[in-house]
Amino acid sequence: MTMFSSRNWREYPHRYRTEASKFKKSGKTYIPKRLVDPETGDTEQETVRLPETGKVLTHTIIRIAPSQWGDKAPYALAIIELTDGTRLMAQMTDVEMDDVKVGMEVRLEFRRVQSEGSHGVISYGYKAVPKWY
Amino acid sequence: MAAGIVGYGAHLPRHRIKVEEIAKVWGADAPSYKKGLMLREKSVPPPDMDTITLSVEAARRALIRSGGVDAADIGAIYIGSESHPYAVKPSGTTVAEAIGATPDIHCADFEFACKAGSEAMYVALSHVKAGEMKYALAIAADTSQGAPSDALEFSAAAGAGAFIMGTENLVAEIQHTHSYMTDMPDFWRREHEFYPQHGGRFTGEEAYFAHTKGASNAILKKSGMKPSDFAYAIFHQPNGKFPQRVALELGFTQEQIDPGWLAPTLGNTYSGASPIGLTATLDVAKPGDMIFMCSYGSGAGSDSFIWKVTERIDEVRDMTVRTRKLLEENLTYIDYGTYAKFRHKIIKNK
Repeated sequence: MTMFSSRNWREYPHRYRTEASKFKKSGKTYIPKRLVDPETGDTEQETVRLPETGKVLTHTIIRIAPSQWGDKAPYALAIIELTDGTRLMAQMTDVEMDDVKVGMEVRLEFRRVQSEGSHGVISYGYKAVPKWY
Repeated sequence: MAAGIVGYGAHLPRHRIKVEEIAKVWGADAPSYKKGLMLREKSVPPPDMDTITLSVEAARRALIRSGGVDAADIGAIYIGSESHPYAVKPSGTTVAEAIGATPDIHCADFEFACKAGSEAMYVALSHVKAGEMKYALAIAADTSQGAPSDALEFSAAAGAGAFIMGTENLVAEIQHTHSYMTDMPDFWRREHEFYPQHGGRFTGEEAYFAHTKGASNAILKKSGMKPSDFAYAIFHQPNGKFPQRVALELGFTQEQIDPGWLAPTLGNTYSGASPIGLTATLDVAKPGDMIFMCSYGSGAGSDSFIWKVTERIDEVRDMTVRTRKLLEENLTYIDYGTYAKFRHKIIKNK
């Protein structure tokens, strides 16, 4: 078991709809959501949905993967800056490792993230693919 | 009341495998398969793509082309597929959650071999026509199964088409529908089986052709129209050959089917086939064009539709990526080993 169905369920707003915290004082946006803005201590926030495109700020290639992603290795994990300036971490997919570059434009797509073997729940969420249109 | 499509979208995997690549593994004669099926390659879903993920992407594009439909106003989501990821747990609720259409919504997953997508369209149209709800979303999606070395393995492909039905701000207005079904044992998959079985040549004359012609002739009679009245026509496409043959036999021309005739390079997207063909046809249609569409699902039946394109098409078609672009650009060709891994055809005895 890699993830319980209840935890998966609690993460739907973030993983399915990229819902994020936008704090009133600083105007900064965080995903996953936070209760307190680490910069200002502000707790006043609104929920916003993030844009679907951005660019790779930095990345790493996972060659020895945790068991649930063993068959996917090698794959890239990237910190992405979306067009509104929000940063998030995502797995990259539909891309050759040699093609992953800092600054490359990406689009977030809805994909399978992991599943509890062949009998457990399937967890879905965003992954980044190269932006090509 | 006028009803029809308010927004439409498609999604396809970028991976392709060529007929030659499959043929060489099984000792099959690639040229004769390519000629017999009139098919050169097919789409392959990577392991992190399934009917739900294809549906979400197609639905998001349909929302973009709807010109501002609030997902919360969608009253129903119906997904037609024979590859729902779960045996028990709906695909529709995940799509509803992902596009922000929960919780005031009716979801149901449809199954009817390759006709499940068009029946989702049929029911969604009925709801909005009856005034039951403002919008209903119909999705046709599959990650089709084909047993290793079976003729189906050369064609079974993946893709999705999504249509937001409504009564205002239409891009295509429904003029007529007709459905034609009988009990036909031409193709089936029993519970717990990985791959469908089929009746070989029996899937042709009495199955695909009889039902497609039955639904097509009936809707032509009902509407008082003839093939030459249409700008375009789309038929179910289990391969490249069947839709072309049935179109010509019914009196349609190659030019009429060309925009929506995707199977030669897409393969058979099962429930997605004629609906994705409709998205590609809308991408090039002009205001006032009449579009003929007829699905086919084994078991068996056909749903036929006559659409009239509105002026809004010029405004919406390029709001997001066109279906032909998804079919022809940004492709990755894979070998049989990668394909076998992607499609979980490798048994790992750990």
